Amino acid sequence: MKIHYDVEGGEFISAGVASSKLKKTLKQLGISPNVIRKVSICMYEAEINMVIHADGGVIDVEITPENIEILIKDEGPGIEDLDLAMQVGYSTASSKAREMGFGAGMGLPNIKRHSDGMKIETKVGEGTKLELIFNIK
Amino acid sequence: MLVSEIKEILDAEILAGEDMLDINIDYGYGCDLMSDVLAFVRHDIILLSGLVHPQVIRTAEMLDINAIAFVRGKKPSSELIRMAKLKNIILLTTKHTLFTACGLLYKNGLEGEEIAHDEDSL
Repeated sequence: MKIHYDVEGGEFISAGVASSKLKKTLKQLGISPNVIRKVSICMYEAEINMVIHADGGVIDVEITPENIEILIKDEGPGIEDLDLAMQVGYSTASSKAREMGFGAGMGLPNIKRHSDGMKIETKVGEGTKLELIFNIK
Repeated sequence: MLVSEIKEILDAEILAGEDMLDINIDYGYGCDLMSDVLAFVRHDIILLSGLVHPQVIRTAEMLDINAIAFVRGKKPSSELIRMAKLKNIILLTTKHTLFTACGLLYKNGLEGEEIAHDEDSL
């Protein structure tokens, strides 16, 4: 099963709509609550990142009997120092993002902790691609 | 602890989910940073927060949090209340500060997330 989501940038209020839709779909498919929770946390963190930093992007999800693969792509500014971005507490988020409770520098470390596989490719000025894998069994 | 008991202890007003006050919640988490909520919450909690942004509801939805208590007398917009009702999330508002509200609930038996000795935490 393949699902595609478009995420609009700058829409701070509607950020999380794609995550909400995916969560609903996973529930309908009877995926275990523990896996849904992990996917939801990562997807939401990634969606928020995309809205805060990259003016939106696209998310493609593929669900097989074995796993859930999520590909998150944006054409934003890219991440200048990935090692720094992976550190807890490091953030370049705007004050607007902080007003809504984000930008604490927890996003990428939290995604890494809750996914079963994470690959990130980023190029300054071109964008960021994040691949996540979650085992269903 | 029943949500109806939490309401009494916090002297709170119910903004959404009046018909769900018999839900039992054993843990609480007080925070204005949704990033931290996403990183540290593991149990079924009531979230205490002074942040009245729609992303509070989204965060609760992602973590299956059933109840949110807004502190310092904060009241969310009608749009946010409508969103909570759609997602079956109970909303309360109390005039207590975050510290006092958490203290009152802890004193009455609500537990906190224990992360200080958790090797798996961030």
